[in-house]
Formats: sequence, structure tokens, C-alpha cells
Amino acid sequence: MLCQDCNQNESTVHLTQIVDNKKLVLNLCKDCAEKRGFHSPFEHMPFPLADIVTGMVGTSKTPLSKGGRRSVKIKKCQTCGMTFEDFGKSGRLGCGDCYSAFHHELIDLLRRIHGSPKHRGKGCITTSASMEPVKEERRLREELRKAIENEEFERAANLRDQIRSLTGV
Amino acid sequence: MAAMLLNEMARRPAPWLNGSGPDSGIVLSSRIRLARNISEFPFPPAATTDVREKIIDFMQTAFSRVARMKAGGFFRSADIDSMDQMFLAERHLISPQFMQDGTGRGLFIDENEKVSIMLNEEDHIRLQVLSSGMSLYDCWEFANSLDSEIGDVLEYDFDDEFGFLTACPTNVGTGLRASILIHLPGLALTREIDNVISRISKVGLMVRGFYGEGTDVLGNLFQISNQTTLGRTEEEIIDSLSKVSKQIIEYERGAEETLMKDAPEQIEDKVWRSYGILTNARVLTSNEVMNLLSALRLGLSLELIDRVDYKVLNELLIITQPAHLQKYVGREMDTTERDMMRADLVRERIVPAVKYGSDTKQA
Repeated sequence: MLCQDCNQNESTVHLTQIVDNKKLVLNLCKDCAEKRGFHSPFEHMPFPLADIVTGMVGTSKTPLSKGGRRSVKIKKCQTCGMTFEDFGKSGRLGCGDCYSAFHHELIDLLRRIHGSPKHRGKGCITTSASMEPVKEERRLREELRKAIENEEFERAANLRDQIRSLTGV
Repeated sequence: MAAMLLNEMARRPAPWLNGSGPDSGIVLSSRIRLARNISEFPFPPAATTDVREKIIDFMQTAFSRVARMKAGGFFRSADIDSMDQMFLAERHLISPQFMQDGTGRGLFIDENEKVSIMLNEEDHIRLQVLSSGMSLYDCWEFANSLDSEIGDVLEYDFDDEFGFLTACPTNVGTGLRASILIHLPGLALTREIDNVISRISKVGLMVRGFYGEGTDVLGNLFQISNQTTLGRTEEEIIDSLSKVSKQIIEYERGAEETLMKDAPEQIEDKVWRSYGILTNARVLTSNEVMNLLSALRLGLSLELIDRVDYKVLNELLIITQPAHLQKYVGREMDTTERDMMRADLVRERIVPAVKYGSDTKQA
């Protein structure tokens, strides 16, 4: 198989990750892998998760800002000076403020990594208020399970849509 | 104080592997890890060594105000030589990543080795709670309350939308990685394991080797953990891991039953052969011991053997690792010497089937 970046060399670096039934595959030649920051696939073995992130950042089409030409301007975190390109290489953000500096890009990335871009756990400001949707979701999921068991697929599809609109996924 | 704690630890089995807790024959231990950062500083991968040292100072002051962290050891990377680092990694108290480029790092370990807090690994704080057996909820309860106590003395970098902010977006939100260390010899022998692993990865969980991310599978031991940290509550994440774990335990028991039905002689032979090697060998490599111990553990689970218990098997799993052997003896040893020392330790702890001398006369 040819490298998906340069389409010239045989790919020797292969990365596969399955999250929520979605398969992400990267096939790269050694040179292109190095360009993406994988110096040797084995040296980087301890960080497979982070490598997936760099893969995702690299493959995601750079979102064009509405201003057209202005999209050339490099996005940069004002606090630590990290650019989104730096992040694409290392897979690590520079500081907490990077999350607001790259908000737009991260939402897309977080949705692909986690299936959701919104925190619902500890410290959630709306913890008490949000318990209702949580319970509701649990109830819907239970109903969905039963519907699938009883092979009521139309009902199941409806329930699935309800859960989706509730969780914002 | 800190060095003393390490020497004390070297002479005792790891408490989180003491064979207690529910399903501890199959699930050796449970772990909860929380990733946290503070907003005053850049994330560790983007911080200079100077800044990382400042972060450690800041944390040490903050931790001194947390009542529950009075008893334990606080280390800086300069205090821990490479042997001690390996020792701590073998004991699962630090990650293999923590050892790479170990400057500007800090570590807190409580005296019972239930809690370890890595400073400046990938995040400012990596709080870990370990416990024996299938005990995820206990670990979470403990980690959660300690996390809240630390949150009272310093301000975590927290965002209403994204939750706890982390250097790598794969940890953001809850910052929670819940995992179990599970022994699956039946699924490995029946070659069902790849099947199970691929199914696990489809439900948002991941499977890794004995020492975590990027490490090999040794002795049929697997770590199963949640992959995603955002969009679900901590309880939901732990619930789903627990449910899947229960299912895997059932699969494993099923596989073991199948083995006993289809090939009882071969299984019995495998168990006793391993016992024979462990109680007689004079030279044993680390990987060989891991695999032989796995067979004995299977034998215990199937009640084919009763001369050992889980506690001893768990203890051997850790104390036969290279840095543990050397800490135990108190000096550096080359591979050959270690392999001999390892065989000695194993023979001391696993009793031979028939002793020469008095035992044979009585029989």
C-alpha cells in the first residue's frame, strides 16, 4: 500500500485505532511519518494514544475561517505561544489557555476522540441540574436495550435519536 | 525518610497485590488515575526544567496542608536513581513514561502504597489509587475524596465546558483512567483472546500489557481501561468498565471449563510441569517466571493444585522483576546472577511436592 501522504513510497508505518465503532487507519512511509513527528514508530510506542491525536490533527482538514484569506493566519495561544501546528506535531497542548485559543479545532477533535465535546463529570457547574438529563438518558438507554431485544427497530431508532439530542452527540 | 521508605518497600510484598478483594484470582488489582493541572503554570511537556522545579515546590507546599498526605514519602527526581525508578515502575507506582527524561519530576507515595502522585509526568498531577482485587468503586471513592481535599488547597485548571484540562486531549474532562489488571489464561489458550480484545475495543475500552501503555503482554496479564474521558460521568465510566469486566470474567471461566472438558490431561500436565520447573530450576528468566506463574494461577483457579496460594503468586510476580531482585540483595547484579537469584527466590516460596528426608518417612 502506498503512503497516504506522499502517494509515492510504500507505507511502513501503520496505525489503527477503534473508538466507538469508528476505525481510523493511518498508512505512512517512514519519511512522511517522521514529518508528522513519528521519528521511529518504536521509540514512540509508549505514547500510542497521543500518536493517534497527532494523526487526527494531521488528517483533519484545516477548518477554513469564514474570512477566506485570513485563514492563512496561524492560530496561536497568547499565553504560552503554542501554535495549532505545534500541537499537531506533539499531540500535547502547552497550557490550559490553549483550550480556548484552539476552541474551534478542539471541539471537532474531542468529538472524534471521545464521542462528545462536553464535560459531564466531577465539578460540572450544573451537576445537580444536569442529573435529570442523566437519569433520563439512563432510562432511554434501558428502553433502547429492550427495544433491540424485542426487535422493535423503528422504536429503537426513535429512542436512539432522543438519546442523541439529549447528549448532544 | 524517602530512601527508607523505598528500602522498607523492597522487603515487603506490594499491598495492592495481596490477593484480597472480590474475584482476586482473576482480577489481580484495580486502579484509578486522575489527571489534574493548575492554571498558574504551563503543562509539563511545555515547561522548562526550572519551571518544573517551581511546580514541584508549589505542590510540596500545597500537599503539606492536606491531612491525609502526612504519612508518606515525597521524592524529587534527583532523589531517585535509575535503579529506584525501575523498582517503582515494577511496582506500578510510577509509569514507564515517568522514567524517560526524568528531570524536574516529583513523586508522592503514601506509606501503604495505595496512593501515588506523580508530579510533572504529562500533567502537573497524576493521582493514582491502587487496590487488590476487583475494587474499582473503592478506589474511586478514595481517589475522589483525596482529589477534593487537594482541590481545597490549590485551584485546578478547570473549564465548565471541557472539565479538567490536560496536556493531551485524550485525558480531558474527567481526567479519569480506570483500569483492572486481569489474568486470562483460558482465553489465551483457546485462542479467543484476540476476539475478546477486538470486542472490548469496540465499546470504548482498551487493552494493554502488564506495565500499561505500549508494553507487551506477559504471563497472560492484561490491563483493561476506559479509553474516553469526556462526555460521561466518572460513575458511568467505572460502571461500564465493571460491567464489561464481569462479562470477560465469565468468558474466561467458560474458556477454562472448555479446556477442562476437551483437554483435561494436557491442562493438568501444563500446571504440574510448570510447578516442577518452578520448584527445581536453578536459572529462571523474568519472562519465563511470568509464564510459569500464569500456569500455576490457572491450576489454582481450576483446583488442580493446592500447594500455592494467590498471595505467593502475586508476590513472586513483583519480587522476581530485575530491580526488585537487586534492591532485595542490595547491590547490582548482571543478568546471569539475577536469573539464578530469581530461581532461588522462587524455590524458597513455592514448596516442593515431596521433601527429601523426614517428609518421605512419614508418607
